[in-house]
Amino acid sequence: MDIHEYQAKELLATHGIRMPRGGLAYSPEQAAYRATEIGGEAWVVKAQIHSGARGKAGGIILCKSDNEVASAAERLLGQKLVTHQTGPGGKLINRLYIEETVPIERELYLGFVLDRKEERIMIVASSSGGMEIEQIAEQEPDSLVRASVDPGLGMQQFQAREIAFGLGLDGALIGKAVDTILGCYRVFRDFDASMLEINPLVVSKGEVIALDCKMSFDENALFRRPEISELRDKSQEDPRETFASDRGLSYVGLDGEIGCIINGAGLAMATLDMIKLEGGEPANFLDIGGGASPERVAKSFRAVLQDKNVKVILVNIFAGINRCDWVAEGVVKAIEEVGVNMPLIVRLSGTKVDEGKAILREKAPSVITADTLKDAAVAAVAALKSAQRSAA
Amino acid sequence: MSILLNKNTPVIVQGFTGRIGSFHAEEMKAYGTNVVGGVTPGKGGSTHLGLPVFNTVKGAVAETGAEASIVFVPPPFAADSIMEAADAGIKYCVCITDGIPSQDMMRVKRYMRRYKKEDRMILTGPNCAGTITPGEAMMGIMPGSIYIPGRVGVVGRSGTLGYEAASQMKARGIGVSTSVGIGGDPINGFSFKDVLELFEQDPDTDAVVMIGEIGGPQEAEAAEWARAHMKKPLLAYVAGLSAPKGKRMGHAGAIVSAFGESAQEKVEIIREAGHTIIPHPAAFGETVESVLSGKKVAA
Repeated sequence: MDIHEYQAKELLATHGIRMPRGGLAYSPEQAAYRATEIGGEAWVVKAQIHSGARGKAGGIILCKSDNEVASAAERLLGQKLVTHQTGPGGKLINRLYIEETVPIERELYLGFVLDRKEERIMIVASSSGGMEIEQIAEQEPDSLVRASVDPGLGMQQFQAREIAFGLGLDGALIGKAVDTILGCYRVFRDFDASMLEINPLVVSKGEVIALDCKMSFDENALFRRPEISELRDKSQEDPRETFASDRGLSYVGLDGEIGCIINGAGLAMATLDMIKLEGGEPANFLDIGGGASPERVAKSFRAVLQDKNVKVILVNIFAGINRCDWVAEGVVKAIEEVGVNMPLIVRLSGTKVDEGKAILREKAPSVITADTLKDAAVAAVAALKSAQRSAA
Repeated sequence: MSILLNKNTPVIVQGFTGRIGSFHAEEMKAYGTNVVGGVTPGKGGSTHLGLPVFNTVKGAVAETGAEASIVFVPPPFAADSIMEAADAGIKYCVCITDGIPSQDMMRVKRYMRRYKKEDRMILTGPNCAGTITPGEAMMGIMPGSIYIPGRVGVVGRSGTLGYEAASQMKARGIGVSTSVGIGGDPINGFSFKDVLELFEQDPDTDAVVMIGEIGGPQEAEAAEWARAHMKKPLLAYVAGLSAPKGKRMGHAGAIVSAFGESAQEKVEIIREAGHTIIPHPAAFGETVESVLSGKKVAA
């Protein structure tokens, strides 16, 4: 789960990390008021969306008066900002962070991620801040400094010190950078983060300051981090995904026309691959999970049909702890209650498959059934092509 | 023979008296698994499904001689249960639970390293369908009927995709020596490479099917290891060719966040290491059949 820059900075502030003074605004008036409140002669108006690379996309505007702040806010609020991370649809700007400007002597990079190879928390820092980490890794690989921390032991002082020296800092800045790095580590650990990135971390008038911050969290740990769950901003999500996740379904929106309802993440990914191989494009990933009731199956149809691009639906179930008869009942329920006015292909296999097929034959004769994964994908693509032909 | 599990392995169930634990304990017994008891803290001394219930794993091991454990404990407590099994001298643990926080799993891995390698518990999962040695025993939630005994080892992250592979093989009369689920989480127990090492040493496994997916370094690492150390044929499929970057595809670990983690890149690495690629998920059966019959397979 991602959060906004200003929320991440509030978390950092609880662990002593320094940052410019700033305030949140939902309207141009409020933005101008924040600027006055902060004081000084220049401010940055920063669009709060769940994406990096906001500056290049025009989402961060430098202003020299409160009038300029208000008009920058006017321009940004309510707009969708498109960065190379958001996809072509962009993300809605519904809040701004107004921040004082600080003189920048050096720009650094500091990032914390889950290292799946070492099974630890990896800290990566670079003296070439301001660029994206992928760019730094490609263009300035020698500038990278790393440390690996086992959360069972915690991060040691020396590890933070090595990074600080590795960044080319000296004098009093070493102690300040060490405090910043250790503080960030504690934020990462205490809130079950999966990613924390400060880019840039700047040196300004003898201080080490976080100018920007991005954070993501381990969704498996949200049950014990209610304060993080509260930071979720649904306006930043694909509305199809919000609809599904509010109903406890694992769904990812894609760009195609074949809606998919599948059990198991691996089989779901494989089914999307099969559709593509047969010349179709999947509209979504959807895993109904184990032990799915007829109600849950019907709910999945509702989620898939939220997407108006969907022209064909493919259900692929290999039941282990699921039951094909329940899934078939769910399909019948969806046809009766949700309304499925498009070709529907169902492939059932595994537990109670004969019962499931019998239910479909009897109560849902319009359903196209398939016995194998390949037949199902072929039938779905054929149904799509024929629907497209008759529409054209 | 087989790896990890056979019909004699004494198995206990952690989270035994819960709804899910009870259901699968019965299924496992019905399949022939030597289930000897279970653990539910606070219910020790009682009997459930005709088997003794213990408060602690240590107690269960002392009384029943259990060597293996399957964990159905809910996510907030599952990491603790795995560590308890490791400490009680369990040799092999399967964790089915989906939703364990990554930092908890890092703690589990660190905890297990306190034991010498030869004494260290083997963990597969979490977030997996379990392990089955067809015709002998299963520790998991899979439908046993889709597997027939045979000489092909299977290791994969996903449960249902593993079923798909097994049923395609069964349709061609190809059986499985052992099928091992390593789970869909970013931090897990045994890796692909660890399981390949066991299959390579198993005299009753002739070839191995590896079913990977997007995210993480394990498929590539296993392919590299197998290039140098594996004499048996390795066949691999990687799911998620159509997965967009940065999106979590159901499994907590199925996310492309770095170089080399996409399905395309993994397929390239595995192919380059000289192994057979199963080109699409409907080709498990035919590709395994060709390799077993010694035919040259166009990858």
